[in-house]
Amino acid sequence: MASFGNLSDRLSATFKNLRGKGKLTPADVDGTVREIRRALLDADVALEVVKDFTARVRDRALGDEVSKALNPAQQVVQIVNDELVTILGGEQRRLQFAKTGPTVIMLAGLQGAGKTTLAGKLAKWLAKDNHTPLLVAADLQRPNAVTQLQVVGEQAGVPVYAPEPGNGKGNPVKVAKDAMKFARDKQYDIVIVDTAGRLGVDAELMKQASDIRRAIDPDEVLFVIDAMIGQDAVQTAKAFQDGVDFTAVVLSKLDGDARGGAALSVASVTGRPIIFASTGEGLDDFEPFYPDRMASRILDLGDILTLIEQAQQNFDEDEAAKVAQKFATDTFTLEDFLAQMQQLKNMGSIKGMLGMLPGARGMREQLDNFDEREITRTEAIIQSMTPQERRVPKVLNGSRRLRIARGAGTTVTEVNGLVNRFEQAAKMMKTVAKGGMPQVQGMGPIPGGSFGGGRPKVQAKKKSKSGNPAKRAAENAALAAGTPAKPAASGSAFGAAGKKSAPSEEELASLQKFLGR
Amino acid sequence: MAERTNSWSLGTALRGMFARKTIDEQTWTDLEDALLSADFGPDIADAVVTDLRAKVDRYRTTDPTDLQRMLRETLEERFTRLDSTLHLSNRPAVVLVVGVNGVGKTTTIGKFAKFLTNYGRTVVVGAADTFRAAAVEQLATWAERGGASIVRPQQQGQDPASVAFQTVERAQRDGIEIVLIDTAGRLQTKSGLMDELGKIRRVIEKQEPIAEVLLVLDATTGQNGLAQAEAFIQHAGVTGLVLTKLDGSAKGGFVLAVQEKTGIPIKLVGQGEGIGDLTGFTPHVFVQNLVG
Repeated sequence: MASFGNLSDRLSATFKNLRGKGKLTPADVDGTVREIRRALLDADVALEVVKDFTARVRDRALGDEVSKALNPAQQVVQIVNDELVTILGGEQRRLQFAKTGPTVIMLAGLQGAGKTTLAGKLAKWLAKDNHTPLLVAADLQRPNAVTQLQVVGEQAGVPVYAPEPGNGKGNPVKVAKDAMKFARDKQYDIVIVDTAGRLGVDAELMKQASDIRRAIDPDEVLFVIDAMIGQDAVQTAKAFQDGVDFTAVVLSKLDGDARGGAALSVASVTGRPIIFASTGEGLDDFEPFYPDRMASRILDLGDILTLIEQAQQNFDEDEAAKVAQKFATDTFTLEDFLAQMQQLKNMGSIKGMLGMLPGARGMREQLDNFDEREITRTEAIIQSMTPQERRVPKVLNGSRRLRIARGAGTTVTEVNGLVNRFEQAAKMMKTVAKGGMPQVQGMGPIPGGSFGGGRPKVQAKKKSKSGNPAKRAAENAALAAGTPAKPAASGSAFGAAGKKSAPSEEELASLQKFLGR
Repeated sequence: MAERTNSWSLGTALRGMFARKTIDEQTWTDLEDALLSADFGPDIADAVVTDLRAKVDRYRTTDPTDLQRMLRETLEERFTRLDSTLHLSNRPAVVLVVGVNGVGKTTTIGKFAKFLTNYGRTVVVGAADTFRAAAVEQLATWAERGGASIVRPQQQGQDPASVAFQTVERAQRDGIEIVLIDTAGRLQTKSGLMDELGKIRRVIEKQEPIAEVLLVLDATTGQNGLAQAEAFIQHAGVTGLVLTKLDGSAKGGFVLAVQEKTGIPIKLVGQGEGIGDLTGFTPHVFVQNLVG
């Protein structure tokens, strides 16, 4: 979920101009509003929504609350943020489950919005929460949509109810109806009905969708919409609202670089909340949608909450404790280094994570230069070593290095680079673990700089330094672990934080605020 | 609900405006709004409005009908700047079809195969989308409808480049005139997948020069279409655009921006779910539909 980038770039450029000013003239406000308008249009936010939005921002910016505020520019940012959250649907909403019997979820949307894939993701996500979902193949229109759903169901480990072969044959309303009976008999607690993609203007197919809806009386009708959609989002959303009256929206393909204006448009025009976002091709690339976090992200206030959650979900605390112990006793080996790196990979795209840090947007170019495959290469080098070499890097002589380089399909220079980085890291770890301060200035020469993305992480961590000396030492350890080779970075950083019990919602919120400003 | 006929036209938005008696400030605001909601994007909308303002000044007209005509001419002129002919003179002529997920690549191939067989050409399609579940079956159904033969991957998850290779090989062996290769949908931000396209290209070029690389764009896409086009041009060497789903309520105005910024012409347009709903791109008709 890291896509509103371009929109935030434009907005932050606009706000930068405002930030220095002590007082705002109407002309300042007008200029800003014009920039916001253009930025939003470029991000494919629907025209009527843009007009509405800019009018409201303008009114509030010229009102009392701003002129009396200590820092007017800051106030404008706050207003834009408020309005964005309001448009995106205010509070985050959860899926509504039925009180009795199976909960019925129906999916609808344009062709190619990603309904079938989403059905699989949703089913897998629900199954993880100990639900027993059943997928129903009611898309009998598109060639082999039924087969696709069966494959997706198999990947998700969820049963699929598909009595009809599809390809234009069979009656989807009947399939949906039968599925309900089937689910009740077999005690499935959630039924997910995949329907055919249809255009908003296709009256016949729209009627079919509403017939299905009437037949199964779903608890949720999810409207799946492509994050890349343009001005047409409004027409389409309205047509679907009139046709099937969906209860919530799912934003798909948010992993592209679309600026996601559709999110704003649809939520604002239909008044229905966005509850999920689909962020990749894997069945696990699926997450609840948080309006407030999305607004923060648009405004470049970072998305620390999601970042921390992701880290907590994927990070193994025991492993982190063990690593910390190893640092202290000077037994940190290349094997541990490799393990850390692999753990980090589990957390998903590094670029995505860095993108969530406040202010990281400004470093987009550096982020783009950062090659995620660098990790894979490093992994290959370590994996080409013998166990002894991994444990005692000192034995690596010229001929061994040559062999490793050949094995990893790289050059001796790269192997040397890795070994040097590792040694420096280990040395620094030792200092820190013994209670010393790492040479902060010394970070420059450390080849960690070769990872383009290293800097944002370091900066953010600096800000979060604790006032408590003991805690700070731990944080520094984490920080320093990160610097030499970024992979290890967030690994131990989050490990250190994760040792405490999970931070409360308030703590996270205040952290977000603290880092954001 | 929008009416089915002519629903993808700017016409509805513009009708009120052209029905006015004179051209005033309101007309310009309306025009800009209409262009923006047709996905032309702020840059093109600005350019068109400025251009028209200048023309209106020059000809000293106050009649909105003149403005309508000028708008049509301006857009048409912009669309015709590039040559939209498909070059399929090689034998076999290899066409690679690329695009992001869900824009209608497979459907377009089916329709394109039909389009070509109507002209008496023999066609083979290669199912190089080995990633998405059941994509091969979907293509097979379309190929059958379009009267083309198909080359399937021999096993699940086979390297798409090898399927492409086999398809071209088959065409050379059996003397089939046109080869259409379907690829998996990929978002332009996934660099690994984009590199894969480059590989498919290289592998095909070992046997035959590639006649056309068609990028399929969904008319409902907004300004992101430009980013898509740029990435695909860089990695796959796109030579033409196909605009699909024009039968919906979307107008696809962003293609003008794509065409102007990248210099790649629109070559085909898809207007429905029927197998015959694919036509060559004619600027005159397109603009006529757009402006009304």
